[in-house]
Amino acid sequence: MAVTELQSTTDLTPIVNDFCMTVCTVNGSGSATANSIIYRALFQMGIPVSGKNIFPSNIMGMATWFVIRVNEEGFTGRVPHDDIVVAMNPSTLLYETSFLPEGGVIFYADHIMIPEGHREDLIYYPMPIKELMKTVDVPRNLVAYMENMLYVGIVSQVLGIELDELRKAVGHQFAERVAIAESNFELIKIGFDWAKDNVEKRDRFVVDRRPVKGNQIMTDGNTAAGIGSLFGGLQFCSWYPITPATSMIEAAIAKVDDLRKDPVTGKTTCVILQVEDELAAAGAALGAGWAGLRSMTSTSGPGICLMSENIGLAYFTETPMVIWNVQRVGPSTGLPTRTAQGDLAFMYNIGHGDVNHIILIPGTVNECFEFGWKSLDLAERYQTPIFVLSDLDLGMNTWVTEKFEYPQTPIDRGKLIWEEDLEKFEDWGRYKDIDGDGIPYRTVMGNMSERAAYFTRGTGHDEYGNYNEDPKNWSDMLHRIEKKLAGAIEKLPQPIVKKGKNAKIGIIGMGSTNDAILETQAKLAKQGLETDYMRIRALPSCCAVRDFITEHERTYVLELNRDGQLKEILMLEYSDLSEKLISITDIGGLPMTAVWAVENILAAEEQYA
Amino acid sequence: MPSTIEKKVERNLIGLTPSDYSGKKSTLCPGCGHNAISNVIQAAVFELGLAPEQVVKISGIGCSSKSPNYFLNRSFGFNGLHGRMPTLVTGACFADSKIEILGISGDGDSASIGLSHFKHIIRRNVPMLYIIENNGVYGLTKGQFSATSDQGLVLKHQGENILPPLDLCMEALISGAAFVARAFSGDVKQMKEIFKAAISQEGTAVVDVISPCVTFNNRAEAMQSYTWGRAHQTPLQEITHFGSKEDIVTDDFEPGSFKEVELQDGTYLLLRKLDMDHDPSDKAAALDILTESYKKKYFATGLIYFSEVPPTIQERYDLPDEPLNRIGIERLRPTPAMLDKINHNFGI
Repeated sequence: MAVTELQSTTDLTPIVNDFCMTVCTVNGSGSATANSIIYRALFQMGIPVSGKNIFPSNIMGMATWFVIRVNEEGFTGRVPHDDIVVAMNPSTLLYETSFLPEGGVIFYADHIMIPEGHREDLIYYPMPIKELMKTVDVPRNLVAYMENMLYVGIVSQVLGIELDELRKAVGHQFAERVAIAESNFELIKIGFDWAKDNVEKRDRFVVDRRPVKGNQIMTDGNTAAGIGSLFGGLQFCSWYPITPATSMIEAAIAKVDDLRKDPVTGKTTCVILQVEDELAAAGAALGAGWAGLRSMTSTSGPGICLMSENIGLAYFTETPMVIWNVQRVGPSTGLPTRTAQGDLAFMYNIGHGDVNHIILIPGTVNECFEFGWKSLDLAERYQTPIFVLSDLDLGMNTWVTEKFEYPQTPIDRGKLIWEEDLEKFEDWGRYKDIDGDGIPYRTVMGNMSERAAYFTRGTGHDEYGNYNEDPKNWSDMLHRIEKKLAGAIEKLPQPIVKKGKNAKIGIIGMGSTNDAILETQAKLAKQGLETDYMRIRALPSCCAVRDFITEHERTYVLELNRDGQLKEILMLEYSDLSEKLISITDIGGLPMTAVWAVENILAAEEQYA
Repeated sequence: MPSTIEKKVERNLIGLTPSDYSGKKSTLCPGCGHNAISNVIQAAVFELGLAPEQVVKISGIGCSSKSPNYFLNRSFGFNGLHGRMPTLVTGACFADSKIEILGISGDGDSASIGLSHFKHIIRRNVPMLYIIENNGVYGLTKGQFSATSDQGLVLKHQGENILPPLDLCMEALISGAAFVARAFSGDVKQMKEIFKAAISQEGTAVVDVISPCVTFNNRAEAMQSYTWGRAHQTPLQEITHFGSKEDIVTDDFEPGSFKEVELQDGTYLLLRKLDMDHDPSDKAAALDILTESYKKKYFATGLIYFSEVPPTIQERYDLPDEPLNRIGIERLRPTPAMLDKINHNFGI
């Protein structure tokens, strides 16, 4: 964002592929479609770009924003200011201009009144939206949608987004609905042509085509997770609608028929079932996991609250299941359409009594796909609930990411045994640690061996599942589970480290803040502070995390929650190193920015200067 | 003499003996109505000739939910969470649709904490025998009112119950159950025939068994007591389950006084009219019986409602015939070409 701060309105040296543009509309007007077209066209031109939808918990009529960031260096995390504003919403226009620095650009629908003398330091492009609409015959109910297509055309022309790429993006957006695509493109072209003939470019922001990276795709984390789960051999998914998790299941529903027809019988091998509440969603996923199906549920914080009793049951009965938490802002109903990393500590030990859980934390859309299939393997291998902690930013926003990679390992069903396997064991018990790794062998219903059945219970049980209140038995059982999960730690997704040059300072982050932290690292380096950045992808944390903290004089733990939950967890796990950890946190519901992170790290560093 | 000893051992259609169907020794109170139910379940499954391995027992929390440990040792069992038995069943039922699921719950489970699951599993029509071991009291927490406790019931620590009860048969009916029956732990003969019919039928079959709690709610005036039940029981019909049509004997019956009903597994139910002359295929009549019996203080037992079974939840998915939990891993993962296509669609 440093760029616009330096520019003056008389200097017309182009700023190529480097701006942040916010489109301000009214929700329910179809603006998401229009913005996606601009976003996708930029992607098609090979330009590093991100798009974030910042929307209200509302269906129609409230202000909504779509933020597109273009950055030559590939830093596409959120920035706190805009370079360009596209104002289609009369009620927020003046507010939007407050995010523009001097020399900022504002495209606005010219029926919106701007008070005389307001921010004369800005570059204004009025758009005759209503006038242009008069030139076309559009059904009344589609007027608002089509008005949006006009700004797509006008803004694109002024910035240099190619008309052909817009045409392709429209085609992609509407897929087989060719006629709809055509009528939308017609409006875009009207806007584009009008701008070409009538707008004199007075700002410096332009885009320029770059070589296209063939390994890149564009989608959202929830879609990736839904599809990843189907590639993981998901057989049963129970769920209850909740923002921002719903679109993950909807993505799976959209693809299940295509992807999960049994090659032998042509029948479906995956059941997706909406149930009455999250208690039922967790219970049914648990029942299916217990019965030998690869099972999953997906929810957000409030749903996790309702699931907690079932999670404890799954932990103690050693039943595999996967639970996705696409985090929103809590506590309580909170900010249902905004993002946070506030559920980490809650989930890590969710359930009463002695429990601890495995949490996978994807930081890219590609990883949402990967953890989609991997989580099902881990759940069956370790016979325990596996959490995958995503968030609204990663889950619901569309990102440019690497192509999904086909799973490198076959589906792992862990120690699931059938009739013939039982013959090999002289003394099998459901909770007996035969191999010494803490992981018992598991039978499931439908096994016709006389020896297969056992009685599953959440009450105290011995190695054979029989009711047991003996203190030593209880202690042995809990310690074996502890051992079982400890054995998983080094098998979980390892952290990813991006090293600086001989850095003495470390940064630790997780999840969707990856883009912002990578940019933070680069900005700090430019200011002379070299850092190494470790992104943790699973908890409990592995040896590499301890080594990382040990090797650095101090490590900043950056996260989107009030109390520094990741830092607290690391402090508990590495209490001897706790003085090396410094927490930097942000809440408010928006994705992290590098500007904020740099400011805070430099401020903290002053103490050590 | 060896031959006489052999004769004493009863064997069912598949050659198993009653002991193959037994469970662990009950730890419930002596005389508990739930023990009678456990014995009847064992007998019903034995007589139907189902292998214990073909049956799964799933329960919630409470005295009733402990009981699956006391029958069918060779069946898989899951003693889950209070009120959440139907949720476990909902997931488990897709693993192997040939397995018979017995859901065991109490009035705390099904009428209070899990009432919504009770109604929703019926709405989904998950194939199972859904048993409520209904004693009108919380036993395992030592005697509190439940949602089926009679209004006016007096308990030692809580005084008088000021609220009217829920009738789970009525809840089942209005939720769309195609098989609704009421039984009594004091009448094991009728209960066994009802269970056999319920297991033979597809869909969610609900049986509300009034099952006295001898410790906390068995005073003679209490509606869930043995004494009251025996004095007021009014069977809606004489009910007998037959393995096949040929087995049915009706020689002694008046023409028009009985009805044969074929169940989905090809077995038969013979319903013989008694004084009540209740038509179990009439939903309005079924609701009337429940309303009337409560108002007039009689205890209607037997088949309350029986209709054609709507599609089960499994039938609403196009699933393979073989058990889903045995499908090989190579059939569960889409091909690399399918992923290429997805990447292509998301790409440029």
